[in-house]
Amino acid sequence: MKDAIIKGLRFIGLGFFEPLVRLISGEDSKKNSIETLKKIVAPIASILLFLGVWYSGSKSLYNTEANYKIAKVLKEQGAEEANKMKDCIASGDVSCQPNTLPSPLQVWESYKLLLKDHRKIGEDKEAFKVKTASLNEKRIAQGKNPIVYTGRPSFVDQIKTSIKTVFAGFLLALLIATPIGIIIGLSDTLRTSFNWLIQILKPVSPVVWLLLVFMIVKTLTKDSTSDTSFIISFISVGLCSMWATLVNTAMGVSSVDKDYINVAKVLKLGTFQKIFKVILPASLPLIFTGLRITLSVAWMVLIAIELLAQSPGLGSFVWEEFQNGANDSNSKIIVAMFVIGFIGFLLDRIMLTIQKFISFDKNEGI
Amino acid sequence: METTALEQKFAPNEVMLDLKDLKKVYPTPKGDYMVLEGLNLQVKKEEFITIIGHSGCGKTTMLSMIAGLNEISGGKIAVLGASIKGPGPDRGVIFQAPSLMPWMTAYENVMLGVKKVFPHGTKKERADICKYYLSKVGLDGSFHKRASELSQGMQQRVGIARAFAIKPKVLLLDEPFGMLDSLTRGELQDVLIEIWNKEKITAVMITHDVDEAIFLSDRVVMMTSGPKAKIGDILPIEFERPRSRKTVLAHDDYYEYRKHLIDFLEH
Repeated sequence: MKDAIIKGLRFIGLGFFEPLVRLISGEDSKKNSIETLKKIVAPIASILLFLGVWYSGSKSLYNTEANYKIAKVLKEQGAEEANKMKDCIASGDVSCQPNTLPSPLQVWESYKLLLKDHRKIGEDKEAFKVKTASLNEKRIAQGKNPIVYTGRPSFVDQIKTSIKTVFAGFLLALLIATPIGIIIGLSDTLRTSFNWLIQILKPVSPVVWLLLVFMIVKTLTKDSTSDTSFIISFISVGLCSMWATLVNTAMGVSSVDKDYINVAKVLKLGTFQKIFKVILPASLPLIFTGLRITLSVAWMVLIAIELLAQSPGLGSFVWEEFQNGANDSNSKIIVAMFVIGFIGFLLDRIMLTIQKFISFDKNEGI
Repeated sequence: METTALEQKFAPNEVMLDLKDLKKVYPTPKGDYMVLEGLNLQVKKEEFITIIGHSGCGKTTMLSMIAGLNEISGGKIAVLGASIKGPGPDRGVIFQAPSLMPWMTAYENVMLGVKKVFPHGTKKERADICKYYLSKVGLDGSFHKRASELSQGMQQRVGIARAFAIKPKVLLLDEPFGMLDSLTRGELQDVLIEIWNKEKITAVMITHDVDEAIFLSDRVVMMTSGPKAKIGDILPIEFERPRSRKTVLAHDDYYEYRKHLIDFLEH
């Protein structure tokens, strides 16, 4: 039981819980206490330290901003107004709060608020569905399109959209980059003839890719009713992120251990067998390293691309909140920041787990 | 006496492997580097020869030329009278590193070659061949272990099984036990010679180990140091087969053979 748990934890990349599991099961308590201290308590302490620095930092920024505000009022409108402003800030009234880095507590409040908002929108949707159910049946019977909910998406909806976009983009990158990488990796001639193209296109900024995709997709989808902004953003994400996979695959395929190639030669394996039985398995670790970089790049550029492409998702959420400038906008942006970071981390773990599952080289990565 | 061994010619129908005026040139920025020149060697059917010589003298170059993995610059290599064209399963190779595919099991590694060589056999026949050779090298319980989970010695056992299972005409061994500790090396020599006694596949083996050469081979071929390396001397080992390590070590001629080889290497 214990061993199974430890094995599972290790497999999904949470191996640092191992000493705790061992400690709870009563095994070698002294050694495992120290290990637990090292691997779990120390990181928790670092999180607390981080929160502490954040808290005091935001406090001091808040004070600076507040003093500046009071000083400004004092200079422009006189002492009476300045005192009023002071009282207003101290009372915590939303109308006069200094606009600066929010404290951890405020961010937590915003997080709860966003979830509440999500629940409320969910209820609205449900109510809308019930209300329009009979009407929609009639419309469908008449051959008309049913009425759909077009209200504002909640924060969670936007996360879902973003993840959908990233996966579509990642899949596109996978489908384009791996086959090309394999072909290029197999042939020296092709590698040298296309290397310049790859080297030039690789560092191109996501924004430029977006514009390029926009130019093409806009024309291609003129008459279609499909979701253009989604198409544009996922294609751009795919194009930005596929280079790591392309380069890694080509490198992995071209640098397969000479011993394996010699074995394949001595056995006179056919081309097909040589590629699928020898070259591909041998280069899987590098291909996967490329795919992991691709996924993290995809997630990183997604936010910027959504922001520009007006495509719904976390990127546009951040941008709208920034434009919005409401009292809790800043803390919502920070919530989005953590959500983005956490999902990015999760995606990487998922890739690592898949890699461990398929690749022969169990120790690669982490 | 040494010259007679060197110039000895065998009847054409006795010869399995024939190297004639073999030459190997590597172009370098400072001009051509002649690794091998005028190398002549005949290996009889069912003969086991070992090749010794100093590091860098071109032994491995010669072996990989026989395997077809390295191009021939001049002269020719023939197996049963027919010149070789590139690598092929008629010349099995046991590499210095076990070179197993680490993502495959021991069984799959052997099967990879067997499938290629016996495409018309039934599934069961092929499986039986794999199992037979794997158990011959003492891997009965490890058929389905991944190669990466096996120790170096175990991996080289699989390498031996893989080479024998494709039933080559010539077996080429490139210092197969060089990376192993001496205890494991002894074990694997026994495994190799036991399976070889049954199959009698013509074998050419490179080694650095004088005792290994005497124990395993019918003739020890000594190569001169490069550049322009060629055969320097050939020493026939006239112990009876099957041999056991004990009787070989106790034999009166053993130390004479050993002295002969070491004298050559020290000059």
